[in-house]
Amino acid sequence: MNITLEINGKAHSVDVSPWKRLLDVLREDVKLTGTKEGCGEGECGACSVMLDGEVVNSCLVAIGQCGSRKVTTVEGLANGDVLHAVQRALVECGGAQCGICTPGIAVCAAHVVDRRLVDLDEANARAKIRELLSGNICRCTGYQLIVDAILVAAKEVAK
Amino acid sequence: MTAYVRPRSVKEALETRAAHPDWMVLAGGTDLMVSANHRAEPVGMLDLWRLDELCFIRADRDKVSIGAGATWWEIENHAVIGNRLTPLAAAAREIGALQIQARGTLGGNVGTSSPVGDSLPALLALDAEIEVASVRGRRRIPYSEYCTGYRTTQLAADELIIAAHLPLPETTQSLMWRKVGTRRAQSISKVMGAAAIAVDGGTVVSARVAFGAIANRPIRLTGIEEAVKGLRVGTQAADAARMAMRAAIKPIDDVRSTASYRLQVAENLVARFFGQRGMIRRA
Repeated sequence: MNITLEINGKAHSVDVSPWKRLLDVLREDVKLTGTKEGCGEGECGACSVMLDGEVVNSCLVAIGQCGSRKVTTVEGLANGDVLHAVQRALVECGGAQCGICTPGIAVCAAHVVDRRLVDLDEANARAKIRELLSGNICRCTGYQLIVDAILVAAKEVAK
Repeated sequence: MTAYVRPRSVKEALETRAAHPDWMVLAGGTDLMVSANHRAEPVGMLDLWRLDELCFIRADRDKVSIGAGATWWEIENHAVIGNRLTPLAAAAREIGALQIQARGTLGGNVGTSSPVGDSLPALLALDAEIEVASVRGRRRIPYSEYCTGYRTTQLAADELIIAAHLPLPETTQSLMWRKVGTRRAQSISKVMGAAAIAVDGGTVVSARVAFGAIANRPIRLTGIEEAVKGLRVGTQAADAARMAMRAAIKPIDDVRSTASYRLQVAENLVARFFGQRGMIRRA
């Protein structure tokens, strides 16, 4: 089945089974390997991408469902050479260790920050970040620095 | 190769369903795609994701109607559901995490009717009716009759789920919800329960109590509902509810928990529901 979708602002056509996972199409057909497979069961968030502006696990999306829709992967977060605020903050705060969860964290955090889902006045901004990011598991358990980074990015975007 | 149809209307969806009862009906895929890697391709996919006619939440004076295509994110962030149907809003917020809430739909949870479907005890306690349709017409089924056994429902092979209709409870009712899992986020429930309790002058007038993960399907616990009638809220009703829970359920050991843990937790939760210690958590 021929499917056309927009990925990181560019139209792509693939000829695959509609049952093929968006994750596999991104990595195998479109050669965007920034998106990682962790659990393959929608638990870990490593494969997070944005689909029509919402964060989803790309291992749970059939490519047939993506025809005429917009996908943003970690490769699409930066604007040219200018990193997204969350990418910059992850680098500055050291919010990455082995790196397999990092693309998913960056995508989910960019969504959370751009949508202003973290209320900075709230005394529990950190708890809110932890709840919003609870679908992204870090096997190095480096959560503290990741939360630090997202808070920094949220403040910067709010400026 | 798998056939694929993305209908533009409910009418087209129902016609496709009638013609292809063996196709997979898919919305957000958060349940059905979990095994995508390990099973044969379906013959066909009927893709209901973002079908306009199914993506609504309508609040009237006395009820809320939620389209089958509404996501948990939309449900938990709806003001009337958040204020008046608190068990459903709380359940929505504990279904997976952001990624799952953005894709998981009410219709999916009802369609699968797993014993651990997180919204289902809330739908039971809130007395939800499920509206289904086929090319033959529409009908409504109380959710308490809709799910008939382990992942079996009254949905006919040519029918699709359209919406859930929930009456707005009196503001004087106590609404309860609690999910217990391995961790707060992303975990499948070991036990979860919901209740709507009408109290007058400190005495239980009526109650609806529903639990999940303690039987082969989400169930109303009518034995508890009867046992607490006329009792004082607090220790008296809590003790009666605990005893009635013990008599009513026979949970099992499985990968997620043990029978004895589930029984103990179910007893504790229902005792707290009728002890009137608020159980709905909001961070």
